[in-house]
Amino acid sequence: MTEDLSSFPLHLEGANVPMVRFAKVTKSYGALTVLDQLDLDVATGEMVTVIGPSGSGKTTVLRMLMTLEKINGGVIYVDGEPMTHMEKGGRLVAADNAHLRRVRSKIGMCFQHFNLFPHMTALENCMEGPTQVLGLSKAEAKARAETLLEQVGMAAKRGHRPAQLSGGQQQRVAIARALAMRPKVMLFDEVTSALDPEVIGEVTNVIRKLTSEHALTMLMVTHQMGFAKDISDRICFFYKGKIEEQGSPKELFDHPQKPRTQQFLSAVREAI
Amino acid sequence: MSYLDFLTTYGPRLASGTAVTVGQFVLASLLAVILAGTSGLMLLSASRGIRGTALTYVEIFRGTSLLVQLYWIFFALPIFGLTLEKFTAGVLAVGLNGGAYGAMLVKGAVMAVPKGQWEAAIAINMTPTRRMLRIILPQAVVIMLPGWGNLLIEILKGTALVALISVTDLMFEVRQINNASFKSAEAFGTALLIYYVLARFIVTPGMRGIERAMARRMGRA
Amino acid sequence: MTTAWDWAFAAEILPRLIHATGYTLLAAGGGYLIALILGLALTFLQRSRSRVLTIVVREVMEFVRSTPLVLQIFFIFYVGPQFGLRLSPWTAGMIAIGLHYGAYLSEVFRGGIESVPKGQWEAATALNLSTVKTYVRIILPQALPSALAGMGNYLVGILKDTPMLAVIGVTELLHAANTIGAESYRYLEPYTIVGLIFLLLSLPAAALIRSAETWVRKKLGLNA
Repeated sequence: MTEDLSSFPLHLEGANVPMVRFAKVTKSYGALTVLDQLDLDVATGEMVTVIGPSGSGKTTVLRMLMTLEKINGGVIYVDGEPMTHMEKGGRLVAADNAHLRRVRSKIGMCFQHFNLFPHMTALENCMEGPTQVLGLSKAEAKARAETLLEQVGMAAKRGHRPAQLSGGQQQRVAIARALAMRPKVMLFDEVTSALDPEVIGEVTNVIRKLTSEHALTMLMVTHQMGFAKDISDRICFFYKGKIEEQGSPKELFDHPQKPRTQQFLSAVREAI
Repeated sequence: MSYLDFLTTYGPRLASGTAVTVGQFVLASLLAVILAGTSGLMLLSASRGIRGTALTYVEIFRGTSLLVQLYWIFFALPIFGLTLEKFTAGVLAVGLNGGAYGAMLVKGAVMAVPKGQWEAAIAINMTPTRRMLRIILPQAVVIMLPGWGNLLIEILKGTALVALISVTDLMFEVRQINNASFKSAEAFGTALLIYYVLARFIVTPGMRGIERAMARRMGRA
Repeated sequence: MTTAWDWAFAAEILPRLIHATGYTLLAAGGGYLIALILGLALTFLQRSRSRVLTIVVREVMEFVRSTPLVLQIFFIFYVGPQFGLRLSPWTAGMIAIGLHYGAYLSEVFRGGIESVPKGQWEAATALNLSTVKTYVRIILPQALPSALAGMGNYLVGILKDTPMLAVIGVTELLHAANTIGAESYRYLEPYTIVGLIFLLLSLPAAALIRSAETWVRKKLGLNA
């Protein structure tokens, strides 16, 4: 990343600092550009859903925010300070591991394939982060884990291993596990795409509860349009690595302006 | 004495030792292939007697040490009237040992050929022998080749032990050179290099070539 | 053919051979421990960011695996004194076994680690687990069951290779049999008994390894 970063601020200042800011972010795999100078702000407590055809770059946005992918251009800010970069001698340079770990603690993620640790029970999965990373005592971690499992409706199965749980149950445990780290930003990457239709509701209900009960900032990628329209504050439609159109759910779903958005939405409606 | 001097002085002995090692390797490998093919198929027989015989052979030679087998063949067999010349004893021991491991490769590969192939052969009324020779074995050979690649390297390494019954192979020559000159690093180091070259740059590429040729025949390359 | 086998002689030498078996087991156990530690170290070295280091380590491992153990034993035992470092037969022998089998075990560990699904690494990153904690608490426990079969096979392999140590004077089973043979000119009984002892050690060991794998899977709840 030998680009000129002098135009990017060292900190975000002002009254309404967004919780997440993508500033001219570019991501490419070799010759293929997946994200092209992306500018995206997510305000504190906002729930933003990203939709779009496959290959449009939507999952990449989440993965970069979770530091699972490196960015090739631009800067990502979290909670006012740069995440992908850090300040050194008054300038922005690529972040080192210590800095990444520090900022990463503000982000939590749930995956399409849950990725629960198979050799631990549901309770142990939720206690792992708090004990090993946050340094909580076993008793504190256990109490926190049990409360969260209660909230997602999995308290009764806390002694079960992932292999003994259904997909919907595993995903709910995964949500509790991520919340146990008390992140400021929660990312949901197609969390219902691998589930049987009849259990999708269990998971979307849990997320629904989260939006009403917590002051969490959330970023979600999903194909569940009805659900997205219901709970999101804003919808972003991605096309070929850029935001084609964005707006409130009502605006975007009911009155899409751009032809590509209209095309995508009608194709999705047909599929249902 | 520089390393170059060392090589010129002892070159001929190293060369003759290597020749004996290669001879042991080729003959032992041939024996191993024949034994593995036979006993591998025997392991799949419906007859318990045939299976049992093959299994006994395999378990004994896989469950005991090659060096012990070598010593037994050379020192203990004479008591039963079978005195073998040491070169032969070496080939026999390494071959028997390699054949036992190879038998499991053959068995595994034949069992890995998809069931549908057997059924198709039966459906066109092939005799069991025809079926095995023309349909099953060709496919099994392709499956077992990578495993044989590794086994051949093990057989090559195994031939080094025949030096301990005084077969004048590379190991033997190098020990003599060491005893005479005390240049251990040069002597044993050169031997290590020669074995490495034989394994990495002759046996392995050779096997890869055979694998590619077989894959082409199967239409997969 | 009258039985060439002398039962009285066999009974006479049995205690000595059983005593030597202890040394065989010691050599095997010690060599295996060194191989385990070295193997793990080599696996992590191979995963380093430096491409040069990775390539060098892999070539060295390939070299060690492609050359005879008996030759490596000689090398380590004799080359030391050439540069002023005297190693006892036991030390040289265990180092050689440790190196040789460390290279093999490293491949087993590598295979085990690579069999763990990528999603597990990502989940660990998402929870901000440190690299060490990720390996120790998440990855290695899942890598263990698939690595166990290989680990067990090489333990049996080491056991069967301990006779090579006789050539540098380690007083294990084959060494004892050689001595008995040289003293009494009777080779049939000592070598046959040694062969039987190895059979008696290695066959149950193979069965034990299989049940160990099942037990570990159960214990970790990985019954998939």
